[in-house]
Amino acid sequence: MSAAPTAGLVRQATAGAAVRISGSILVIIAVAALLGPSLSSHDYFSMNLAERLESPTLDNERFFGTDDLGRDLFVRTMSGTRVTLLVAIVASFVSLVLGVAYGAAAGYAGGKVDAFMMRIVDALYALPFIFLVILLMVAFERNFLLIFVAIGAINWLDMARIVRGQTLALKEREFVAAARLIGVPPVMVVLRHIVPNLLGVVVVYVTLTIPQAILVESFLSFLGLGIQEPQTSLGALVNGGVSQMEHAPWALLIPAALLALILMSFNFLGDGLRDALDPRLEAR
Amino acid sequence: MLRFALLRILSAIPTLFLVVVLAFLMVHAAPGGPFDDERVLPPENARNLAAAYHLDESLPRQFARYVSGLLRGDLGPSYHYRDHSVSQLIGTAFPLSLQLGLLSMALALGVGVSAGVVAGLRRNTMFDRLITGVAMTGISIPVFVIAPVLVLVFAVKLRWLPASWSGDASGWRFLLPVLALSLPQIAYITRLTRASMIEILSSDFIRTAKAQGLSLFSIVRFHALKPAMLPVVSYLGPAIAAVLTGAVVVEILFGVPGLGQLFVRGALNRDYTLVLGIVVFYAALIILLNLVVDLLYGFLDPRIRNP
Repeated sequence: MSAAPTAGLVRQATAGAAVRISGSILVIIAVAALLGPSLSSHDYFSMNLAERLESPTLDNERFFGTDDLGRDLFVRTMSGTRVTLLVAIVASFVSLVLGVAYGAAAGYAGGKVDAFMMRIVDALYALPFIFLVILLMVAFERNFLLIFVAIGAINWLDMARIVRGQTLALKEREFVAAARLIGVPPVMVVLRHIVPNLLGVVVVYVTLTIPQAILVESFLSFLGLGIQEPQTSLGALVNGGVSQMEHAPWALLIPAALLALILMSFNFLGDGLRDALDPRLEAR
Repeated sequence: MLRFALLRILSAIPTLFLVVVLAFLMVHAAPGGPFDDERVLPPENARNLAAAYHLDESLPRQFARYVSGLLRGDLGPSYHYRDHSVSQLIGTAFPLSLQLGLLSMALALGVGVSAGVVAGLRRNTMFDRLITGVAMTGISIPVFVIAPVLVLVFAVKLRWLPASWSGDASGWRFLLPVLALSLPQIAYITRLTRASMIEILSSDFIRTAKAQGLSLFSIVRFHALKPAMLPVVSYLGPAIAAVLTGAVVVEILFGVPGLGQLFVRGALNRDYTLVLGIVVFYAALIILLNLVVDLLYGFLDPRIRNP
């Protein structure tokens, strides 16, 4: 705010670099996760008790070594990354749909409906969601679908607030008034005129919800309440690495470092995009 | 102030009730009963077992029974630990978790605020860049990644500290769990404090204080620190929730017999009443602590309490 104009330019330039670097890292990781398993001659579930806890080596394509059951950790790490990213993206999509629908409805309706709907959001904010999700995982059979929905259900609140704020501003614009004037029904006004104009903000906030979703999924999997064997995710791999860390530290360190790298890249990407979208929002 | 406090307390009650309803319904919507995985009982015994735990009653009756027990501090019997009530189990496990949590929060606030203030005062120096860089990295690394790596380095490789809770009776066994829990919070609080210090230091009343010739120490201590703490205070609510969540991981990893470990054991054993009881307890705790934080915030910032 009080910074000299040059300082702002410097900040923007570095934000751009952060976006480029973290974006490239994520693309590389995603490509490796997608293609890695099929390029290796191993698979993620075959056990080989003769080759347990081997250290990383280039021989026999054991790039990341093997785990305590002799499964190839390179392929497991790559397919775990794939699962982690998939869960995060689908869960963020769930939260996006819920949040945009709810937020746009509240903002467009305005008045008492809006106040009431946002009151509900405030009340839900106070819920200890992570514990309710664990309860949900205990009560029902753990499956992929439930994990998506549960994690999406945690993250939609922020999205709803942001979308509602944007909608309040958008609905005063002339093109929305014009659409209403020629008799477009409210649902169509929201879908055709409001939502497309929200997308910029929404995309930025999705890059910030994805790391949160990754965090929840890895947390659940780390506790053994998420992805089930032989399927794996980065959180489950970290958990598996913990029990072997005395003899096979790589089994812990590689997935842990990869998880940290992914989370960090998403955070930098989201922060950078937010700064680029709205320079007034100083990065906190 | 009293009106503000009363309003906040009143609005906390429906939230807590909502948690109880949601958690209770989730447990009771679960397919299968709590005793299904045990050996098949003769129908008569199964009926007696269900009657002993009031599982033969209708859902509203069971809910009413649960809530009235809750009001008396009774969370029901544990399905898995047959000789203990849920309240007893929580009562035994919680003090240890409380100690861990309080130590971690104290460490996070002490280190985070000091580092943030210094970084804010020496903005754009090497020291500031170092601190903000480390903090940004620290925010991105979750507890369940930091904690095992700390164990690997300090307990397994260097052998400076005990790896497990039961292996050592001295106070040193607190060090790694507390460190693992507080590091992400230190990172976050540092960033918050730094940003808010920078904002406060550029405001008019600080310029006046400088013009009056006050020393840097008195400016920070008597003028800047209190308003700069507001964002940190409002972050305390989420911080407490994060520490409670992180404590689940840390207690499992280090084998601390606290509430988090009890919770995950209960979850893996499908001990419904225990898990339900702990969720309700956690919710009450988080809501209560958020209430305290809100009141503290109102106490610090007069604009909030007299709208």
